[in-house]
Amino acid sequence: MTEVTLSNVVKTYGKLRAVHGIDLHIEDGEFVVLVGPSGCGKSTTLRMIAGLEAISGGEISIAGRVVNDLPPRERNISMVFQNYALYPHMTVRENLGFSLKIAKAGAEKIDKAVAEAAAILGLEGLVNRKPAELSGGQRQRVAMGRAIVRHPDVFLFDEPLSNLDAKLRTQMRVEIKKLHQKVGNTIIYVTHDQVEAMTLADRIVLMQDGRIVQVGTPLDLFNTPANTFVATFIGSPPMNLIDGVVAGPQGIQLAGGLNVPVPPSARGLLRDGQKVQLGFRADDLMPVGHSVGQEREQVKLDLTVALTEPLGTETLLFTDIAGTEVQAKMLNPRPVRPGETLEFQLMLDKCHVFDAASSDAIRG
Amino acid sequence: MDRNQTHRTRRRVLKALHFMALFTVMAIICIPGLWIVLNSFRPTVEIMAKPPVWQPSFTLEHYRAMFGGAGEGGVPVFSYFRNSMIVSVVSTLIAILIGMSGGYAFARYRFKGKAGYFVGLMLFRAVPGVALSLPLFIVFARVGIIDTHFGLILAYVAMNVPFTIWLTDGFFRQIPKELHEAAEIDGCTRWQAFWRVEFPVARSGVASAAIFAFLTSWNEFALASQLTRSVGSKTMPVGLLDFTAEFTINWGGMCALAVLMIVPALILTFLVQKHLIAGLTFGGVKG
Repeated sequence: MTEVTLSNVVKTYGKLRAVHGIDLHIEDGEFVVLVGPSGCGKSTTLRMIAGLEAISGGEISIAGRVVNDLPPRERNISMVFQNYALYPHMTVRENLGFSLKIAKAGAEKIDKAVAEAAAILGLEGLVNRKPAELSGGQRQRVAMGRAIVRHPDVFLFDEPLSNLDAKLRTQMRVEIKKLHQKVGNTIIYVTHDQVEAMTLADRIVLMQDGRIVQVGTPLDLFNTPANTFVATFIGSPPMNLIDGVVAGPQGIQLAGGLNVPVPPSARGLLRDGQKVQLGFRADDLMPVGHSVGQEREQVKLDLTVALTEPLGTETLLFTDIAGTEVQAKMLNPRPVRPGETLEFQLMLDKCHVFDAASSDAIRG
Repeated sequence: MDRNQTHRTRRRVLKALHFMALFTVMAIICIPGLWIVLNSFRPTVEIMAKPPVWQPSFTLEHYRAMFGGAGEGGVPVFSYFRNSMIVSVVSTLIAILIGMSGGYAFARYRFKGKAGYFVGLMLFRAVPGVALSLPLFIVFARVGIIDTHFGLILAYVAMNVPFTIWLTDGFFRQIPKELHEAAEIDGCTRWQAFWRVEFPVARSGVASAAIFAFLTSWNEFALASQLTRSVGSKTMPVGLLDFTAEFTINWGGMCALAVLMIVPALILTFLVQKHLIAGLTFGGVKG
């Protein structure tokens, strides 16, 4: 069983606190993605797990063993770096077999392990090349192969796809997921890209300013964001947020004077006069006749479209509600001219209410 | 059509000028060397002839005399060569070992006063060696290491270390730190990670630093002429002085010894020039 547990892990650089007491438990075989904007401490956390950064406080244990004082080589982990970090003076074969060679494994065993890893990643034809003779995607695969060969307890990925172009990134994302299904090891993956996080993770750990903001499955974070940061970070386009004030039990008065009923999720939890933000995704504001599920609780609004972004299967509509720019979505798109006014329906049961002061979600 | 023509002519003229300039510069650099080699094979009369003799005759008399007995104008070539080799090779090895460690430390670690140390080392380079020759002479004489290999090696190591640090620091800086981190995760100790990964990758840089250090020691004259006295410790550049007498200079002999001095340096440079072309670093990591 290779569980990874972080309890109250702290990292300080001089007076600067980069990671503020993180608690996290990762199950055996789980694919956990640490995601957040740059500087949120996600890479530092990963490097502390790897043993490349000293732990300033707290405790990290891998497979039930406290590893705080163990050097990286004794933690039985592998890591894939953003810049691949292949050894440039070695061939692909030597790169893949390096860890076994250091462990003084026999030539036969090394050959077998290298061949196995090369087969999993489709590198058979490349084993005699040097890294300089490989494309970006191939280098990435070699880096992954080098990680597989060791049969580690835990795989660590540090933004492994950010140096690849968009097309290759999508492709490699699938390969990483396949690899996880094939090998089944615990994976801790760091990225700043919420799409990667959503598509890969069993569980997402969203971080901000050295703290964990929310932990949960991708759909948990998407459907029930803990605060406005999660709401705008996860999902594309980001959640629309409109300032408002609670005006009696019947509704929320939005900044521009428009009144909407309190969404079901927050009913009975609001104080009169409380400053709030109303949040909803583009998918939940659609022109009448373009949405699914007509029977839901909804508000009808006449809105003027300022700009459109056709994406093929759907079109994003940029409009505004009482002066705040919002994005709406149109399924079964038809051409829409800027300036055109359409009747939209806002799915009230999908709306979120956030407290304006703390930016936390108000949810029953 | 016409415009293309003028454009082409202009390009050709520029190219010709370019070549002429290059030729001039190369001539200035190469002619003294050529002069030394040619003169080592000419009779003394021809070397001194005025007007110059344009069709040179060929003789090995200078070489024969140089290797001959003391009475026939011979010098202890083998001793000088051995001294030069010992002093240059040993001082280079030590300087590389110290310099590489220093360069690595400057490139990889953070410590107090790092910038200050670095500037200090560079300032030390700025002091001309000759200026130090008198104090060195006095100190070495007192300590009793004047006229020994050890003394000269010590002086050359001190001379070469700052430059070696500066050079290897640059090379190690180019190597991303992820390489040694990856090696450490792959099971290496810090020490193994250096020797198995970082050192091989920086090999070309270390090799060029070594050549520079070797050539500096091999060619150095000012300090060596002060710190060495006898056949047992004089290096080849100092040995050249054996050909100057009170009123005459044996140009032919001097040139012959100079040729013997140039040849090993040339051979060495050719042997390691492959390493001088840095480029090993690229490819392993995305730039």
